[in-house]
Amino acid sequence: MTPSFLPVGDRALLLQVSEIIDAAANKRIIAFAEMLRTKCPAGITEIVPTYGSLLVCYEPEVIRGAALEAHLRGLWHSYADEGAIGRLWHVPCLYGGEVGQDLQELADLKGCSADDLITMHCGAEYRVYMIGFAPGFAYLGGLPKPLHTPRLRVPRQYIPAGAIGIGGQQASINSVAGPSGWRFIGWTPWRNFDPSRSPPFLFHAGDRIRFRPVGADEARDIADQVASGALSPEPEEGDTA
Amino acid sequence: MSVDILSAGPMLSVQDAGRNGLRYFGVSSAGPIDANAMALANALCGNPGSTAALEFAGYGGRFRASRSVRFAVTGGPCEIRVENRLVAVGESHWLAPGETLSVGVLRGVVWGYIAFSGGIETEPVLGSRATHLRSGLGGVDGRGLRTGDGVRLGHECGGDCLRMATPLSGTRSPLFASGPIRMILGPQSNLFAPDILTRLTSETFVVTPQRDRMAMTLGGVELPALGGHDIVSDGTVPGSVQVPGSGVPLVLLAESQTTGGYPKIATIASVDLPRLAQLPVGASVRFATISREEGEDLWVAQRRDVRAMLDGLVPKPDGVLSSEYLLSCDLVGGVTAPDEIAGMDLDG
Repeated sequence: MTPSFLPVGDRALLLQVSEIIDAAANKRIIAFAEMLRTKCPAGITEIVPTYGSLLVCYEPEVIRGAALEAHLRGLWHSYADEGAIGRLWHVPCLYGGEVGQDLQELADLKGCSADDLITMHCGAEYRVYMIGFAPGFAYLGGLPKPLHTPRLRVPRQYIPAGAIGIGGQQASINSVAGPSGWRFIGWTPWRNFDPSRSPPFLFHAGDRIRFRPVGADEARDIADQVASGALSPEPEEGDTA
Repeated sequence: MSVDILSAGPMLSVQDAGRNGLRYFGVSSAGPIDANAMALANALCGNPGSTAALEFAGYGGRFRASRSVRFAVTGGPCEIRVENRLVAVGESHWLAPGETLSVGVLRGVVWGYIAFSGGIETEPVLGSRATHLRSGLGGVDGRGLRTGDGVRLGHECGGDCLRMATPLSGTRSPLFASGPIRMILGPQSNLFAPDILTRLTSETFVVTPQRDRMAMTLGGVELPALGGHDIVSDGTVPGSVQVPGSGVPLVLLAESQTTGGYPKIATIASVDLPRLAQLPVGASVRFATISREEGEDLWVAQRRDVRAMLDGLVPKPDGVLSSEYLLSCDLVGGVTAPDEIAGMDLDG
């Protein structure tokens, strides 16, 4: 994997490994980002791993782009670690209902029952490819092929936080309310972003996600506990990297 | 100790230097659209650069403070009154408790700043008081300020009202460039055919009304990409020029999303992004491409000049305001000089 370096203006550059969604490239990007974070060269202000590239923002008063590029190229080639295994989260999901408004339509579209679709969705293990767009928004890869579905032509104006969606080949867990053109099949009572909580963000790029179906009562109960602070979601024991 | 908002202008919000280091969690910086203008407003009130102040779009509003404060308005020319007294933009003034400060309509620019000595002390969220309107973070409940709101003021150490040693002018200041808005091609300029890239610098764009703190849309020239407008989402920065399927470019600003799936044909040079963002709706805009190294050099030079300007503020003479000085305050261009960006095109 040899990266190309692209300028993003005069205060950021892009280290690009892959222009397609590729788990191996993403894994290496995330591991490299973590390494950079611990040995951050002076002048770097932001490190943003995405699907197949790493955005590095810098302050030209401290380091120039050309020097940073050379530095990153050297680090990339001397860096052997392929990255740790991400933490595994079992995310409770209430399928269907008000927030999962597209569940039945999607099942009809796929020629299966809603239960079959749920089984398929929660039978897969997902990978958090990146956190981006909005605070804490998790882009997930690993959506089973039969569930790939194009986005809506006209986005809906309001989708609540915690909505669990499908957009093309990707899956998602919404972090904040807002408009979206994705299809939504469920809702989690967890909050992947809460600015008043420490830490405010639940998931990291590279984490693994499995969905656990819960009923409406359990979902409400979990939501209450999360809201009161009695429950803080944790990754699975022994799976933390 | 607070500032009461007797009437709120559009998009009046609390901003500070912004939220940094959290883009990898999807949190964009927020902060001022025109950071130099806000830094000047703070410095004029004796505040450190990271102090929170108010940003507004177009028209400021009316304010009243519960203690004696110094305030300054920057961004561009506008009518400012303390009670019925007219006071100047770009320098600080005393506002006595109970007096009404009225900040009128900005002329020729869009974003204005009102700083108060001691700064605004809303609760920091993720290390910053900056309001991010789209995700509802910071400021007052993550929203724009409304008539009837009050915001707490911090303590101030006291000091003089300040002004610039030499009055700032769009045409004479070494800080603020004229001419086309400069940009650096990429990171996805390879997705555009050579003749489309030529359009970027040979044609005239127009600032459209589709704008907020997140982005501004430019009209007049279409920039179709070869092979579609979807890329695997990657990182964006303020200044990224995204081109969605419509072919109509949009420039990301302080409150932009952190990642995006539209190709980015270019990135606005850091020194010119506030100039572009300050252009009023309907203004013409021309672009020129420069190298990354040129962009960096311009940025480093501007940082140095801005620091020199802020360090060089001087106390205003006590009591008497010389009419000579007031007349010399040619702030028609404000901190930016919109007429100079478009040149003849504003008239043509």
